[in-house]
Amino acid sequence: MAPALSAIFVFFFIPVISAFVISFTDFDIYAIGNYSKFRFTGLDNYMKLFENPLFWKALKNTFFFVVVSGPLSIAVSLGAAILLNSKLVRLKGLFRLIYFMPVVTTLVAVSIVWRFIYHPEFGLLNYGLSFIGIDKIDWLGDPNWAMPSIIILSIWKNFGYNMIIFIAGLQNIPEELYEAAQIEGANGWQRFTKITLPMLAPTTIFITIITMIGYFQLFAEPYIMTQGGPLDSTLSIVLYMYQEGFRWWNMGYSSSIAFVLFVIILAGTLLQMWYQKRKEA
Amino acid sequence: MNGWRKQVNLRFRLVLAVGLALLPLLFISAGCSETKKDVTEITFWGMGSEGEKIQKLIPEFQKRNPGIRVKVQMVPWTAAQEKLISSFAADNTPDICQLGNTWVPQFVLLEALEPLEKYISKSKVVKPEFYFKGIWNTNEVEGKIHGIPWYIDTRIIYYRKDIFAKAGYNEPPKTWDELLDLSRKIVKLQNDPNKYAIYLPTNEWAPFVIFGLQNGSDLIKNNWTYGNFSGKEFLEAFQFLIRFHKERLTPMGVSQVTNVYQAFEQEFFAMYISGPWNIPEFKRWMKDSTGEKWGTAPLPGKNGYPGASLAGGSSLVMFKNSKNKEAAWKFVEFLSEKGTQLAFFRETNNLPAVVSAWDEPYFKNDKFIRAFYEQFQNVVATPKIPEWEQIVFAKLQQYAEYAARGTMTGEEAMKAMDKEVNIILEKRRWLLSEQ
Repeated sequence: MAPALSAIFVFFFIPVISAFVISFTDFDIYAIGNYSKFRFTGLDNYMKLFENPLFWKALKNTFFFVVVSGPLSIAVSLGAAILLNSKLVRLKGLFRLIYFMPVVTTLVAVSIVWRFIYHPEFGLLNYGLSFIGIDKIDWLGDPNWAMPSIIILSIWKNFGYNMIIFIAGLQNIPEELYEAAQIEGANGWQRFTKITLPMLAPTTIFITIITMIGYFQLFAEPYIMTQGGPLDSTLSIVLYMYQEGFRWWNMGYSSSIAFVLFVIILAGTLLQMWYQKRKEA
Repeated sequence: MNGWRKQVNLRFRLVLAVGLALLPLLFISAGCSETKKDVTEITFWGMGSEGEKIQKLIPEFQKRNPGIRVKVQMVPWTAAQEKLISSFAADNTPDICQLGNTWVPQFVLLEALEPLEKYISKSKVVKPEFYFKGIWNTNEVEGKIHGIPWYIDTRIIYYRKDIFAKAGYNEPPKTWDELLDLSRKIVKLQNDPNKYAIYLPTNEWAPFVIFGLQNGSDLIKNNWTYGNFSGKEFLEAFQFLIRFHKERLTPMGVSQVTNVYQAFEQEFFAMYISGPWNIPEFKRWMKDSTGEKWGTAPLPGKNGYPGASLAGGSSLVMFKNSKNKEAAWKFVEFLSEKGTQLAFFRETNNLPAVVSAWDEPYFKNDKFIRAFYEQFQNVVATPKIPEWEQIVFAKLQQYAEYAARGTMTGEEAMKAMDKEVNIILEKRRWLLSEQ
């Protein structure tokens, strides 16, 4: 225990505690050069944060992303898992591989391809849409479409991971339940809602919490695709935190963003666990 | 059992003790072998392709200075600043390094850089008068020289000669009015909603700052403690550029242009304000290296031609922590010699900082580079404060976009901008008041 604990202490608790302390100071590039050049500013960072429209915008964008992208991505994962678990599908291994590929492909490579797909003039997506009479959309350049574009990309990129977990969950459901239900005359939809979903509940809870935590930390997609633009419509909390901390070296301010995000994620997780417990009781 | 364990324990401790006792010997012997050879090793950090290409110049230096070994480390541009600041925090800086000249103030502030006056005063190779004045000036922070220009750049205008001719202009625009007039004519002439006159993306702050400087703005006032972007001079310049967006003379947003060279070739726009690094690519895409269809020209001005542009480029800096400053300076001098500068230009296409290198016939005859030479006569440094990068990259580009898209008027945008700039500069005001 002792080595593990000391490693956690050194690499986790010390940084977290110092970040917490730093969030009450104006630690910045001046202070990196000379430690005497920082001040304890109390709650100033938090006040500045709550007064900054850019922070609220980032928060709004992040919530929008979590609320829209989270359920959608779980639904897609579940759908894909059920399809791949069906007895009718052949070449399961191949499809599982194909669906899992985006998860293990580096985002930098993916984003270059997707930037071409999203290109307003020559992009594949607009080309496809033109056949059903939809006009050109400036996917990444239009403030209204940029976030949906990021959502589509990130669902495509991430659903394979949850899909694998769902497949594992599905394989744990005993076959007898379905057979019994079939004998009783339950149709496919009834079997799905009365057997598959309840039996998957623990898996779903796990996936929901993990997905929510992951999606609140949205960073790499907008960082590479849009840098937060246009008109800050894809600026996420973590991207904002990164820019303040590691681009402009406002470590104090940036730490305060980190703790606000921490509180939000903690609240979200507790809420889900409470909801689940109430349902079980 | 217990006795056995004790024995092992004892033996282990013995080995450990002997090992620890011998450890210093290792270092001493390593130290000895180095002093025997009598070689000073200096480390140099180069960014991007410069870090790679500089390797070819080093054999010549080592031939002349057998006592010095240069170790080059390549750092990618995108990670350079982070890496340098963390190396500074870890007391692990190189002896010399290449630094974008707008970064010099940040590292001066960290008290990481060695002032170079005492080396310059003794040097025959490095003298202020050997350099373009505006460029040399960027290295002077808080009254002291902290860097030696290595290679230089500035922004000029790339333009399509063929389109200009069709619009009735046989020469590039020399004033703001001509620039606007020409742009309107080009858009009218092309008569195609997918063709524009000039590319002025809001995620490039340089043109906004350049036009502000041309109009006499100080950008940041009162000893660089308060933003002056809503001041008359800057606001006027800002509104002038936003007009190009409002009149659809420049494409909206940045995603429509994934490749500026291709867009330039396809007449998507006829003018682009940018730096010398683009010459080779434009040559390639235009399939024209003689300048029939396109050219470069100094920037139009508000008061006189050419108008001011930015003093850019990279400087060589020496770190305070360096233990081999004399050797490091020798390397700086070597890189500043005319011959080395020309060799470096041939490797990298980076324009030489030393003025005498520009006497070479190559620079006199090259149609595209000549415009840069003219432009270097009128280049200006941006405010030398560590907050500058955040102010232009984060704030100016953000508010330029707001104004270009019409979510704010130009005046509202610049007022909001100044408010944020003043918050950013609060720390600087406090530090100055403490002194």
